[in-house]
Amino acid sequence: MKTSKTVEILVGAFVAAALLALFFLAMKVSNLGTLDTSDTFEVVARFDNIGSLKVKAPVTMAGVEVGRVSSIGFDQERYQAVVKLAIYRRFDRIPDDTFAKILTAGLLGEQYVGLDPGGSDTFLEEGSEIEITQSAMVLEEVIGQFIFGKAKEEKQ
Amino acid sequence: MTEVLARLGAGWILAVRHLGRSLLLLLRILEGVDELLLRPRLLVEQLFSVGVLTVLIIAVSGLFVGMVLSLQGYYILSQFAAESALGVMVAASLLRELGPVVTALLFAGRAGSALTAEIGLMKATEQLSGLEMMAVDPVRRVLTPRFVAGFIAMPLLAALFSALGVLGGWFVGVGLLGVDDGTWWVQMQARIDWNEDLSNGVIKSLVFGFVCTWIAVFQGYNSVPTSAGVSRATTRTVVHSSLAVLGLDFVLTALMFK
Repeated sequence: MKTSKTVEILVGAFVAAALLALFFLAMKVSNLGTLDTSDTFEVVARFDNIGSLKVKAPVTMAGVEVGRVSSIGFDQERYQAVVKLAIYRRFDRIPDDTFAKILTAGLLGEQYVGLDPGGSDTFLEEGSEIEITQSAMVLEEVIGQFIFGKAKEEKQ
Repeated sequence: MTEVLARLGAGWILAVRHLGRSLLLLLRILEGVDELLLRPRLLVEQLFSVGVLTVLIIAVSGLFVGMVLSLQGYYILSQFAAESALGVMVAASLLRELGPVVTALLFAGRAGSALTAEIGLMKATEQLSGLEMMAVDPVRRVLTPRFVAGFIAMPLLAALFSALGVLGGWFVGVGLLGVDDGTWWVQMQARIDWNEDLSNGVIKSLVFGFVCTWIAVFQGYNSVPTSAGVSRATTRTVVHSSLAVLGLDFVLTALMFK
């Protein structure tokens, strides 16, 4: 039997190592280290069709993540999707005539919101709305348009 | 015909009786927790034999499970030119399933069987009766510290397993197979959610720790006090714990991940 001092030291080392492992998993492996939900402001964007956009999808500008989709709702009067975007507060100089579109990462990848800056001197802030939006590309619609166009060509 | 029915009934009644007894034992064990807080030294001793002595097998298994996951995942993902998702795959399977489950299986084999054998032998050599003679409650003095130590040690061991698995996978994926280091970590952080993946894994390991130690302690305390009885109890601990862990894992997964 080891002396009780050694036992105590080893148990302490075990607990410390395990907590370190948990910390590593939280900060380095999961998104807890990159998460800053508290420091965001919310803007609204309306889309005719959001495709398969999901809550928590990234919001990017020039490819850089500037926020996340915080909620998705449906407006029964205008039959549009109401997407709330949580933008990180440090990006406080995004013009309020910014253009929002839903894009797809890769061929089969998830969908995200891309922002193209406008030229206005006033900036987006809590509660403001992005007026100009572009819907997600739905594959069936694109193919449908293509076939429709082809048929028209042949008629002429 | 009636013979068969009688057998079935007897088996069923025995199973229910065991369940009831183990529940009552659990209540008695939990009643002793407040006393244990006054004597933390008992807990530290048990944490040593349940936790520290299990670290080696957990660490080595975690490392190799991570390495194998990375190797196999790479072969499949590279066929779809999706090697960049290797880190996500390794981390998600470790955090959600393999970390808690494999740790619990190893824990039942290494620590659970030792607990059962120790308690069973204490009973066989009448040390437990001896304690009772000295007006010391053997449940509080012997079982409670072991149960609490197992409950604490299991999630810590599972965290070690997962962390070392991720590092082992990183070593094979990034070090040997040439997946980009930045992609590995960035994709992982983007896709692994601390609430969805990490917390649920920790909850799983807590449940498994609770069940495994409960089974081990009960089998030891309930064993027939002979050498054959102790050996049977030890076997039962490993078998019952493994089945309980795998069955519970399915239920927990179905409840947690939608």
